[in-house]
Amino acid sequence: MADPTPQVRAELIATRRVGGYQHLTFVAPGVAERARPGQFVALATGGEVSAHALQRCLFVHRVSASGTYGGTVDVVLSVQGVGTRWLHALRAHDVVPMAGPLGRALPLPAEPVPCVLVGEGYGTAPLLWLARGLRERGCPLEMVVSTPEAGEPFGLVEARRSSDRVTVSAPAGVPDAVAEAIGRQGAGVVYGSGPAPLLQAVTTAAHAGGAVAQVLLEQPMPCGTGLCQACTVPVSGRDGILRSVRACVEGPAFRGDRIRWDRLASAGAAR
Amino acid sequence: VSAVDLGVRLAGMRLPGPVLAAAGCAGTGPELARFLDPSALGAVVTPSVSVAPRAGEGTPRLVEVPGGLVAATGLPGPGVAAFVAEDLPWLRSAGARVVVSIVGSSAGEYAEVAGRVRASAAFGSVVGVELNLAGTGAPGRSVPLAVDPLAAAKVVALVRERLPRDVPVIAKLSAEVTDVVEVARSCVKGGADALTLINSVPAMVIDTRTLRPALAAVAGGLSGSAVLPIAVRAVWVTRAAMLEGRMPSVPIIGVGGVRSGTDALQLLAAGASAVQVGSATFADPRAPLRVHEELATALADKGCASLADVVGIGHRGLERMTC
Repeated sequence: MADPTPQVRAELIATRRVGGYQHLTFVAPGVAERARPGQFVALATGGEVSAHALQRCLFVHRVSASGTYGGTVDVVLSVQGVGTRWLHALRAHDVVPMAGPLGRALPLPAEPVPCVLVGEGYGTAPLLWLARGLRERGCPLEMVVSTPEAGEPFGLVEARRSSDRVTVSAPAGVPDAVAEAIGRQGAGVVYGSGPAPLLQAVTTAAHAGGAVAQVLLEQPMPCGTGLCQACTVPVSGRDGILRSVRACVEGPAFRGDRIRWDRLASAGAAR
Repeated sequence: VSAVDLGVRLAGMRLPGPVLAAAGCAGTGPELARFLDPSALGAVVTPSVSVAPRAGEGTPRLVEVPGGLVAATGLPGPGVAAFVAEDLPWLRSAGARVVVSIVGSSAGEYAEVAGRVRASAAFGSVVGVELNLAGTGAPGRSVPLAVDPLAAAKVVALVRERLPRDVPVIAKLSAEVTDVVEVARSCVKGGADALTLINSVPAMVIDTRTLRPALAAVAGGLSGSAVLPIAVRAVWVTRAAMLEGRMPSVPIIGVGGVRSGTDALQLLAAGASAVQVGSATFADPRAPLRVHEELATALADKGCASLADVVGIGHRGLERMTC
């Protein structure tokens, strides 16, 4: 059996509140070294006695390959149900079973083309890591960050550090902000991460501006490993045929124009 | 792990261990192979294979509940032609022993799938066929085959005819019946070489935000820890009926809520000769292999020399076997 996906007992070494979200850092050797932007980890919550039957899948916010403790994996979550509440309540040195990295990563452009990164809420977290990779390739970058709540969008300070220009927008203003950013830069790729309506708007704006949309779909993924068949997404293939594919293995990074947004169900599995 | 002999001979199948990956919870092989070596498992039970491709139900397909989950996937699958062209050869190349799960919308469809699997090039990797009798077996019928002793036996008999004698036909039965022994007896008379007990338990969840069914299919099946006691009881009463001569003796494969070696031990003590690990793979994809390892340790701790020492041991010395 070649190169299995790591399953580790990840130790929490830091947890802090960031706006309305919780930012957790785990020591996860093996997971950290392999992960790329757009991939996620699956966390088994509830502890041994009251273990929940399904995983909580969270996008990797960033990794550090090797520190004092070994590789670390950062994730950002909001409390949406019993599993995320359990993760939110963890304290330093608690241990959680973690599998990963899982899923298809966001593709990086071969050439240093200008890119626009669009994030809403904690969806911005994986894009900040992506931004660093794009920077290293010499891609000019603009970011549009949005928040559904009042207050400062998640990751604004880091967004300002890692891109040439940042636009802060309410969700309703995102399509215009994206269109302007594409126009200013002649962007070739627009990356989106956040709720489905944002991703659909990003796809439409990218298409209108002549850019390719790459989106990170946050479909509830009960197992994260392709086994449970519950995170299906309607996708049109290159051949134009509509297929139902699993977000956790064929995604969560998709070309926006391949997703049949009109058929995408809002699903509500484990949170 | 230990000196305990975990090898199993079950209705003609020779398996290196008593833990199988259950239908619909192990993917078609490649998914699980990212976490474990499929050839290290007793066997891999495939997702239920149908004659034609099935799209499955809409989403949401799955909801978490205390002690488990309720699922209604609608058994999505590529159909038997793609299964024998792609999935089965992959499993063979991985060295897996394969139990093909079959579903149909008529008894003839079950038999057709069995016939096409037998005629395929990779049939050598097939050690058994399991009949998913949760379907209704005919358009317009409202009850599952597994609640109808005669209809279930007819499916078994038709499939039995299509397969060589050394490939066992295993009927997967439901606990949601008045008398599981009656269905079990009828299936064995129809030619079933073994029984798998149990399937997921009919269940439903209301989403309290919308006050509507949480699943697109409205209702589904409960799996996970919550159903283990239901499975233990179904295995127990069926095994008791065999011990008391109320039905012919065939091996039982226990499935339902197994998450640990001690969970598996319960089913074995109740009378199962092997177990399947199902939805536990969702929280831990390595669960089938881990259960095997934990079972080996548990048996060694109890001083057992082989698995056979515990199969049905719960019945021994009891005055009251039935319940």
